[in-house]
Amino acid sequence: MYQLKKWFEIPIGSIVSEAGSSMMNNTGSWRMLRPVLNTEKCTNCLICWIFCPDDSIPVNREQRFETDFQYCKGCGICAVECPYDALEMVPEMEIKLKELE
Amino acid sequence: MSTKVIALTGNQAAAEAMRQINFDVAAVYPISPQTELMGFFAEYVANGEVDTDMVAVEGEHSAMAACIGAAAAGARVITASAGPGIAYMVENLYIASGMRLPIVLIDVNRALSAPLSIHCDHGDSMLTRDSGWISLFSENAQEAYHNLIMSVKIAEKAMFPVIVNYDGYIVSHSIENVEIFDDETVREFVGPSGIHRIPYPLLDVSKPVTYGATAQPDYYTECKYQQHVDFLKVYDIVREVFNEFESISGKRYDFIEEYMTEDAEYIGISMGSSFGTLKDAVNTLRAQGRKVGAIKIRLYRPFPVKELAQALSKAKGIAVLDRADSFDGIGGPLFKDVCTAILHNQNRSLVHNFIYGLGGREIHEEEFIKAFDRVERLEKGVETRDNLVEYLQVRA
Ligand code: SF4
Ligand code: SF4
Repeated sequence: MYQLKKWFEIPIGSIVSEAGSSMMNNTGSWRMLRPVLNTEKCTNCLICWIFCPDDSIPVNREQRFETDFQYCKGCGICAVECPYDALEMVPEMEIKLKELE
Repeated sequence: MSTKVIALTGNQAAAEAMRQINFDVAAVYPISPQTELMGFFAEYVANGEVDTDMVAVEGEHSAMAACIGAAAAGARVITASAGPGIAYMVENLYIASGMRLPIVLIDVNRALSAPLSIHCDHGDSMLTRDSGWISLFSENAQEAYHNLIMSVKIAEKAMFPVIVNYDGYIVSHSIENVEIFDDETVREFVGPSGIHRIPYPLLDVSKPVTYGATAQPDYYTECKYQQHVDFLKVYDIVREVFNEFESISGKRYDFIEEYMTEDAEYIGISMGSSFGTLKDAVNTLRAQGRKVGAIKIRLYRPFPVKELAQALSKAKGIAVLDRADSFDGIGGPLFKDVCTAILHNQNRSLVHNFIYGLGGREIHEEEFIKAFDRVERLEKGVETRDNLVEYLQVRA
């Protein structure tokens, strides 16, 4: 289990001394809008991958894969930058409600 | 060690200290009455007399941001500002102290707008009083010079940033005799710079760290509590540095300076350049047989609560002289600090607050004498009060 540090165990200045510790935080938890990918429109140009500020779009040399929703914060930059209109920002609530139905 | 006495303005004395300390980085934006200080220092930079990287930024918010970056990288850094410039810096002041970066900031005290004034009061410094910075006030150019030299050491020992205040124009632009150390003495006192001075230098690529990360509700309290506990240790660190400074200068500094308080029944308290005038008022009243004294606050943050309580324990009445108003229905900032300090005392003195010297208004001995008179009459029950605070110098 991940143990919370006590006040005197925190490094001075509240610095984070371990690399990659943000992996422990599910930063996608506060997403309000979800970039929904239309694979038919997507040309795999990878422009969204360049712009995503949270590195949440997994790619290889040929292709982009489904967004990593553990970390995607729903900023919508990918949808704005996509030249092929392949991403639509849909309210998380709508998706959740649909899942419930 | 050798010293020489030369005629300098406060700004020249501060620039001289900056030259001798030889900061790694100075990030600054000009604003009166600080502009001249950085003008003098820029000359040292241009002439190659210092190794300082002088970064001309586009505003004070950026000046402090650049200082934060450089200090986190391990550089010894300084900036200076005044009045509205300090106001513009405030967000980053909290970041600097939260990140525990040993930055030095000179505040050449200036009033805040509106109305616009480039002249002195302590309103700007009061914006910084809860920001987690150590704060020192200087009465004259000599003290500004000394405080600056000590501030580097205090900041680096405490791992908290330090503000050195001196009054705009009154100190910054007036010429006085200032005793200057030789360069060697100052450089030896502050010690060498170098990135490993601080616990987690950002440029130490073998131990990468993240500065200024988010703390969620599960961490923020612990981070702040650590800052709280460490800030209380600053008293001992400042005393230590004052002692070390005495061994090179022969000059004994304390958190507060007392003048004729031993048997004083009524005590006036002020900060900065007005203390000389306050002492004059005390001398005049003493000559008339009145038992009065004066106290100057040198260490403003952390506030010398215990020392002040002790010094005031026998006073019947206290006149707190604030060079800033708080507009909060209570009183000036210093007034509230003094009231809090005397909560330590069994016998509570009568405390009354006087606002003076706003926006550079000159203060005279007679006005301080009026404050002593008023406090004595209040204490004796000859006069009454509707408020705890009044202005000393209003045309009515
Ligand atoms: S919405 Fe923002 S965070 Fe999520 S994938 Fe697109 S660009 Fe990245
Ligand atoms: S920018 Fe649009 S088209 Fe290009 S890879 Fe991303 S989603 Fe596909």
